[in-house]
Amino acid sequence: MMAQTKATSPAFVPPRGDFEILARPVHGKPLAYLDSAASAQKPRRVLEAMEAFATSEYANVHRGVHHLSAVATQRYEEARETVRRFLGARSADEIVFTRNGTEAINLVASSWLAPRIEPGDEIVLTVMEHHSNIVPWHFLRERDGAVLRWVDVADDGSLGAAAVAEAIGPRTKLVAVTHMSNVLGTVSPLKAIIAAAHARGVPVLVDGCQGAVHEVVDVRELDADFYVITGHKLYGPTGIGALYAKMAHLKAMRPMLGGGEMIREVTRDKITYADPPARFEAGTPPIIESVGLAAALDYITAFDRAAVKAHELSLLSYARDAVRPFNWLRLVGDAPAKGAILSFEAEGMHAHDLATILDREGVAVRAGHHCAQPLMDRFGVVSTTRASFALYSTREDVEALVAGLEKARKILG
Amino acid sequence: MDDSLRELYQEVILDHSRHPRHFGPLDHASHTGEGHNPLCGDRVKIYLSVGDDGRIKDISFEGRGCAISQASASLMTDMLAGRTVAEAETLMGGFLHLVKGEDAGGLDADDRDRLNVMAGVSAFPMRVKCATLAWHTMKSALEGGVAKTE
Repeated sequence: MMAQTKATSPAFVPPRGDFEILARPVHGKPLAYLDSAASAQKPRRVLEAMEAFATSEYANVHRGVHHLSAVATQRYEEARETVRRFLGARSADEIVFTRNGTEAINLVASSWLAPRIEPGDEIVLTVMEHHSNIVPWHFLRERDGAVLRWVDVADDGSLGAAAVAEAIGPRTKLVAVTHMSNVLGTVSPLKAIIAAAHARGVPVLVDGCQGAVHEVVDVRELDADFYVITGHKLYGPTGIGALYAKMAHLKAMRPMLGGGEMIREVTRDKITYADPPARFEAGTPPIIESVGLAAALDYITAFDRAAVKAHELSLLSYARDAVRPFNWLRLVGDAPAKGAILSFEAEGMHAHDLATILDREGVAVRAGHHCAQPLMDRFGVVSTTRASFALYSTREDVEALVAGLEKARKILG
Repeated sequence: MDDSLRELYQEVILDHSRHPRHFGPLDHASHTGEGHNPLCGDRVKIYLSVGDDGRIKDISFEGRGCAISQASASLMTDMLAGRTVAEAETLMGGFLHLVKGEDAGGLDADDRDRLNVMAGVSAFPMRVKCATLAWHTMKSALEGGVAKTE
């Protein structure tokens, strides 16, 4: 019998050197940054790209006729093209820059869906959504009489496409679903969900704030109607996110914010709006941040993304194996289709106490409800502790976590 | 172990959090208040029975939360039973100073010593709100409102 061979892809070496901050100590201990699902650290290349742009090419965009304005406009539009490529969109005009993922979802809620809602119309969403993919729909419930139809996950955190399909009814106007849960790590069966929704004539919004970091996205292959990303989780800067929407949807959307840049003509009596995407980018946009985001996407895509994912998942499985003997620890979310997020509840230890003790060991984790209170209710917990892995994470980070957990158990258990 | 951690999770605190005093609802409460820490989802409910003489005859709490918030609530209910409302407010004022690492002037030595077990939280700025939740909730209960700390 032939010996089992290990994974064939070459071992991925975490590029620690690109992230200066990872070398700093915290409370005198080496930093084990396991909170990338909240926000990822930025590689030097991203910071340099923003600095170089601001140092030598900066001006406002789409306004001046002077040289710098032209250069800055070109950089900004190149960034849009980079996002298009990253998401696999047909046209860069289908990419709207926003402040973050939250704003992108709110834009769809207020500009696309709100005018289409009659009292009693339904929005289908899952219990594992982040508040940013819940609260905008609650607004429509409060203001316009929409009904929220919640889709449950299985006890292991899995989301079934059939469960989503069953929730779709004749009055469903939109399905809103995360690509990857920020708590459970569950990766949604998007293709099946979208196909089922489209079979009923219902568009789908995908919250890709976590998913786009770890999975290769192709919005055309998915046939997603709306896909949302945020820069700061993609190793890019804060203050910028993006909405992908099919052009037909964008054309049918009213603006959310009014101001400069989004108009065609303004008179005393009337206004006409610019075409998408400018229609949705009122005011001076995050210009420097767009350059940073483009650099971040270039950074990510320069790696073999399958190898990055395999690396992150190997750390997840290393961590799972290491905590398996801890019978006082309960994992929340253990779906077969799962990204590199480890959420757990520790018996007799509140997540905040645990996180405080871990912090003193240099281990940065997230503790709390993770902006996912319906999910906390679903699993009967007030809060969980979450370790999340990124391309720069290492086995040493996992080992520091495990040692910290043992220490916390000694203090609090 | 790091000293500030030892100070934060000292035995008295862990004992209060594991075996909270005055835990559970009060049948004859004259005042109740609910507090919520949106950061972590912790909730606490405070029940008070205040007599016509302005004295807290009975006080209890219920809720779920971290060791710090539970210990703080337990310690508070332990200290406030039998006090006047005015004394409760003085204690609260002193406590709020103490958990921020400031001088808790105006308290008598006994009270200061008892509250001092919570002083370690001042080294953990992110956790101060855990310690103050029960106190703010108590105050809002006396004022007849609903407490929300953030």
